Formats: sequence, C-alpha cells, structure tokens
Amino acid sequence: MRSLYKLGLSVVLALGSFAAWAGYAFNFPEPVTPIARETLHMHNLVMVVILVLFFLVFGLLIYSFRTHRKDAGYKAATFSGPVNRKQWLWVLSPFALLFFIDYVVFGIPAYHAVVMYEDTKTDAELVVKVTGSQWLWEYEFPAEGVSFTSRLITPRDQIDSGAAKGAHYLLEVDNPLVLPVGKKVRFITTSNDVIHSWWVPAFGVKRDAVPGFLREFWATVEKTGTYRGQCSELCGKEHGFMPVVVNVVTEEEFTKWLAGKKAAAAPAAASTAVIAPAAKAVLAKAQ
Amino acid sequence: MAHDMAHGLPVGDSHAGGYKGGWVRWLETTNHKDIGIMYLIFGFVMLFIGGGMILTVRLELFQPGLQFVQPELFNQLITLHGLVMVFGFAMPVATGLANYMLPMMIGAPDMALPRLNNWGFWILPPAAIMLTLPFFLGLMGVGPGAVDTGWTMYAPLSIQSGWGMDFAIFAIHMLGVSSILGSINVIVTILNMRAPGMTIMKMPLFAHGFLMTAVLLITIMPVFAGGVTMVLMDRHFDTHFFNAAGGGDPVLWQHIFWFMGHPEVYVLLLPIAGALPHVFSAFARKPIYGYKAQVYSFWAIAGLGLVVWAHHMFTSGMSLGGQIYFMYITMAISFPLAVLFFCWIATVWQGSISFETPMLFALGFLVLFGWGGLTGLALSDAAADPQYHNAYFLVAHFHYAFYPSAVMGAMAAIYYWLPKWTGHMLNETMGKWHFWVTVVGFNLTFIPQFFVGLAGMPRRIPDYPVMFAEWNMLSSIGAFILGASHLIFVYNVYKTIQGGEKAGDKAWDGAEGLEWTVPSPAPYHTFETPPVIN
Repeated sequence: MRSLYKLGLSVVLALGSFAAWAGYAFNFPEPVTPIARETLHMHNLVMVVILVLFFLVFGLLIYSFRTHRKDAGYKAATFSGPVNRKQWLWVLSPFALLFFIDYVVFGIPAYHAVVMYEDTKTDAELVVKVTGSQWLWEYEFPAEGVSFTSRLITPRDQIDSGAAKGAHYLLEVDNPLVLPVGKKVRFITTSNDVIHSWWVPAFGVKRDAVPGFLREFWATVEKTGTYRGQCSELCGKEHGFMPVVVNVVTEEEFTKWLAGKKAAAAPAAASTAVIAPAAKAVLAKAQ
Repeated sequence: MAHDMAHGLPVGDSHAGGYKGGWVRWLETTNHKDIGIMYLIFGFVMLFIGGGMILTVRLELFQPGLQFVQPELFNQLITLHGLVMVFGFAMPVATGLANYMLPMMIGAPDMALPRLNNWGFWILPPAAIMLTLPFFLGLMGVGPGAVDTGWTMYAPLSIQSGWGMDFAIFAIHMLGVSSILGSINVIVTILNMRAPGMTIMKMPLFAHGFLMTAVLLITIMPVFAGGVTMVLMDRHFDTHFFNAAGGGDPVLWQHIFWFMGHPEVYVLLLPIAGALPHVFSAFARKPIYGYKAQVYSFWAIAGLGLVVWAHHMFTSGMSLGGQIYFMYITMAISFPLAVLFFCWIATVWQGSISFETPMLFALGFLVLFGWGGLTGLALSDAAADPQYHNAYFLVAHFHYAFYPSAVMGAMAAIYYWLPKWTGHMLNETMGKWHFWVTVVGFNLTFIPQFFVGLAGMPRRIPDYPVMFAEWNMLSSIGAFILGASHLIFVYNVYKTIQGGEKAGDKAWDGAEGLEWTVPSPAPYHTFETPPVIN
C-alpha cells in the first residue's frame, strides 16, 4: 500500500513539474556542429510541412464528417473517379505538389546534407578512433599514440536500489573523450565484438561500430562544453549502460590534456591490455 | 467437397455440412471458415502474449532505475514482443481474414488447396511454442532464456546469443513454411476459383491487396529462411558468413534481414489497405473511388517495397551513392500511398456517412496511419536519419504505421464482417467505447515517444537518464490504457457470438459484395454453385 501511495505521489509530482524538471524536451538538443545545425533545420522544415499536410487533410475529413452525414440527411454522391479533363487536373495536382515536396523541398537540401555528412576527409585536423566493446568505449588518437577506455561510473545502487539519482545518471564516465573546439575531427569507428553505435545528439552524428570494418564520420564542435550520448545499437546485456561523454575544450586545454595523457601512456596501455583478452575471448566465441 | 469424400479424406468437408465434433474437428478441418477462425483466435492469443510482454517493459520504463526487470530479461521481452506481434499476431490475423472472406468474396466454395490450408495453420502453434518456450524455461531458471537480440537479430550479437536463438531460427523456418503455404493457396485460389464473370479487374480490392501480400511473402520468406540458416551455420558449424575474421561481413545480415523486413511492412499493410475500402464505401454509401488506381498502387507498393530495404541501415556506413539511391527511392513510396489516401478520402467525400464501429476504426486507421506515413518522410532523409534511427522517434514512427494498420485495421475488418460470421449485430455502445479508449491510449503511448526520441533516448534500453522520465511515465500510462482497450474488444466479440440483434444477409445497408448475398451467419459451405457476375 505504502509503495502504491509513493508511486501515485511520484506520478503526480513528475507529471506536474514542467518547470522543475524541464523534462518535456520536444526537439533536438541545441546543435553544436554544422551537421547538427543542418539536421535541425531540415527536421524543422519537414515537421512543419508534414504537420501542415496532416492537419489540412484532417481538416478536410472533419469537414466531410460534419457535412456529409447520413443523420443530417446528406444524399450520397455516386462518382467513383475523374471523368473529364478538368477533374483529372484536380486529381493529379496533389501529386504534383507531393513530387515538389519530396524531390525539391526535401530532396535538394537532403542531397547536400548527405554529401556534407559523408565528407569526412577534407581538411580534417585530427583523427580519433572509436572502438566499441561490450560494454565500454575505447578512444585512440593514433597520431599521438594515446588511447584510453571510457566506461560508466554511475554507482550500482542508483540503478538497482533506488538511491537518489545524480544529475548525469547513466551519462557519466571515468574518462571522457576530450576534443578541441572548432577543429574538424575525423572519427573512425570499429568494434571488438558486436555492432555498437556511437551517438551524441548535440553533434547530429551517429555511426555504427562494426567489428572487423572501419566506418567514419566527422564533427566540428563549435562550442566548448560537455556533450553526452549513448550507444544506440543493441549490443547485449549492458547496452543501456555504455554512455558517450565528450568534453570540448579550448585548444590550449586540449594540448595540455593530450600531453598529460601521453605522460600517463603506460597505465593507459595497461588498461588496453586488460580489455584486449576479453575482446579476443568474445571474438573467439563468435567464431 | 465431393472430391475429398470420394477419397475418404477429412470428414470436415461433406456436402451435408456435418462434421466430427470436439477437437478432432478443428484438427482435421479443411473448411476455410474453420481455419480462418483458428487463425484469428491464434492471432489474438498471440496479441495478448506479445502485449503482456510489452506492458512488462513499459512497467520497467515507468521510472528511471531498474525496478522489475533485469537487462537480460528486458532484451528477451522486447525481442519476443516484436517477433510475436509481427509473425504471431499480424500475419495470422490477416491470413485468418483472407481464409474466411476470400472464398466468399470471389464466389468460391472454399480455398483451392484445403488440406494445405489445414497444414499451413497447424504449423503455427508449434512454431509459437518453439519461439517462446526458451523464455518460459528461462523464467523457471532453465537455460539462458529466449532470443535477446532485438527482432532484427543483428549479427554478431545473434551469433553470441544463447540457444534461445536456435529456437527462434527454427521457429522462423516453420513460420516461413506456413506463410509460403498460405500464400500459394491464396494465389491459386484467386487465379483459379473466381466466379464466372469476375475478371481480375472486377475482383474485390481485398483480394487484390492479399494477392500482393502473397506475392511479397513468397519473394521474401525464402530469403529470410536462408539468412537465419546462415546464422545457424555461423553459430554451430564454423562458417563465417557474418564474421569479418573469416572473410564475412556483419552488415550482410542487415541486408538479408531488411530485404525481408521492409516488404514485411507492406505484407502487414496490404491486406488491410485492401479490406478497408470496402468499409469506407459501405458506411459512406458510395462506390469505391479510384478502384483501378488502388489496384495499381498495390502493385507499385509491392514493387517499390522490394527495393528500398537499406533505408533501415543509413547509420551502418553505406556509400554516398547508396544513401542517395535509398533516400530517393524511399520517397517514391509516398506516391502510391498518397494515391491510396486520396482514393479513400474521395470515397468518403460527399457520401452519406454514418459512424458505426467498423467505420470508426477504419477512419482511425486513416488518420493515424497517415501520420505514420508522413513521419516516414522525415526518416527517409539520409542525413537527418541518424538522429531518428534507433531512437524512440523511430519506435513511435513504426508503431504509428503498424498499430493503426495491423491492429486497428484488423479490428475494423473484424467488426465489419462479424455480423456475417456470427449472425448478430455487435454492441455499438461498447464498440464506440473500444474505439475511443484505443485512440486515447494509443496516442498517449506514442506521442511522448516521438518527443523523447528527439530529446535523444535510444531504443532498447532498460533504464534511462532522468531527463527522459516525464515522457516515459506518460507513455507507460498510455500503454496500460491501450492494453485495457483490447479487453473491451474481446468482450464485445464474445458477446456478439453469444447473441444480439439478428443480422440480415446484408448486415450494413451500404455494404456491397458477394459476401452480403449469403445468409448471416454464412452456411458452412458458401457457394456450392458459383454465382455469376455480370
């Protein structure tokens, strides 16, 4: 009874707290890369167009339901298709409009966006290799010889036994990826075991990490800050518990961080050595 | 049929309409109506199993944190929910409708291949047991549980998974055999058993819709069966189809899966898209608008549906050309679908409309499925797709496509033909309650999922960051309302079978078609002498 009461109370509190939790986000997070900005524009455009189409047609239907009713004594028409040139024009015009929407209004900007999305190599200033593992991310700066793992640090009691949840519950890691602001970063993804998918909503990019293959994408983050995301391809038991956290900092801070990582290269290498056998075991099982 | 009698074969088919009593009747029956009923009952039993599973999931997702279900079990629940709903509920229910109605609608005495029909059905229950047994064994602490890879079964996760995966593979083989047999039967029946004078372009739209479904199933199910066999080989016989270390490619599986998985969407849609024009026309008391255009649209949907599959894989790292092709060809599907919507609305337009329960569900389908289709346009954009893909936006989108068609559409069709099956009119008050509870529950479940997806919540996670808590709570409340709405449906159908106002031959005053020329309930054998169509 007591737990039911608590449940009821939490429902009331949660649903009533628009201002307190500001949890009713209904659109993408603020974009911080060119791709994310492009995607947000495209998304808003598509949503406006389809909402207008939806309510236009819904409005027509509602008008018909109110007017063409049997209980209002409306006599049914008998037409079953266009019969003359004028009617054919009327009938075909919505499809001309649809063609315009599909291949001009959406199609042209979408084409350019895809080309931009795939342009991973032009002027890339930094390469980061992202390796998915069950269930953590491994980041490597191949040119610098720096690599480290990044795993969830949310305490188990917050997950399992209802301890008060922190602000970044399930979105906090031991070693976040650090990137310099304003530099084009070319990401290369792969995996040690099954398919994972690296996603940071504020960057507007998501790419699968496929074992045995390299995939790539890019991001130029234009604003410093901490950005969070999650694995978005079902990868087994702990799929919900391998977040992505990226600290975007100024160039000086980044250089300092990288130097620090290099100095600590020995422990980092050791931690890589720890995952490698586990990953090999998984692969061996897969074979 | 006399043919069967002469060979001393199943007694369920005698001219006198006599049959064995008890369960033997149902085991041995070759009558299309008996088999149709069995398909429908099987489908709705599976609906409640799959629904119970997803309500457990929504219960877990009610609040952040792990309260009721551990991740291992969670993954099994979402996987089985998908497989059970698609293969256990939606397809059998459509096949049940086809079995019951097709012969009556085209003026045939029965399906062309009655014994095949019986076999096609009786493969299903063992397949369903095969699929779900590891789940129940796992609950009792035996074995690793059921398949837990998501219904997409992406390799190499499906190579790693426990032996629940092997059970799923064999279940898919059996379901595939059943689908192919059912499809062959539909095609043979439609092509050979039409009443004299009923040319292909005079056939009811339901027959056209199901004909395309059957063609799609025969095209895709063997590919899928081959694909899961490759998974089985990789798992146990040291092949490397999906293992890069052995020269394979995990993404190959995705191509095979979606070559089946995308047309599967139209497999579920087309029977409903064929059935509902009859409902619109009946309750608008007006002829079907654009009959030919709808038929050609079914063909176009089936054709295009086979060549768009990789739009499910935009994040997997496809070439630029591949992305552009799959984006533009996916947009092309909006044309035949828009033709269908245009024709359906034009059928209703300037009719003399009344809003009985079947019409409410059909119109509910029209509006909600419309939104599902429109959000599909957003997803077709290959550059924006990564923001939607595998997030709750996608989940909401495909539930707006699946639920209104496979569930609400099937319910519209069942309510429409129920007087023909039972001889009783249904309880309209209860039907209207069912409709409005469904609409409120459905929208409350899935509108929040659009928003939480845009905010960044990935699908298939048992626990989520606190910023997603409010929408998830609303969605869970909606899911339980939606779940409860199905109980009204079952109760209403049960009461209609038990009794109610007597239905005439033509139960709805605006209904057209051969099925409304025979008594309600229809006799065990409908057209022993074929009707002649002018």
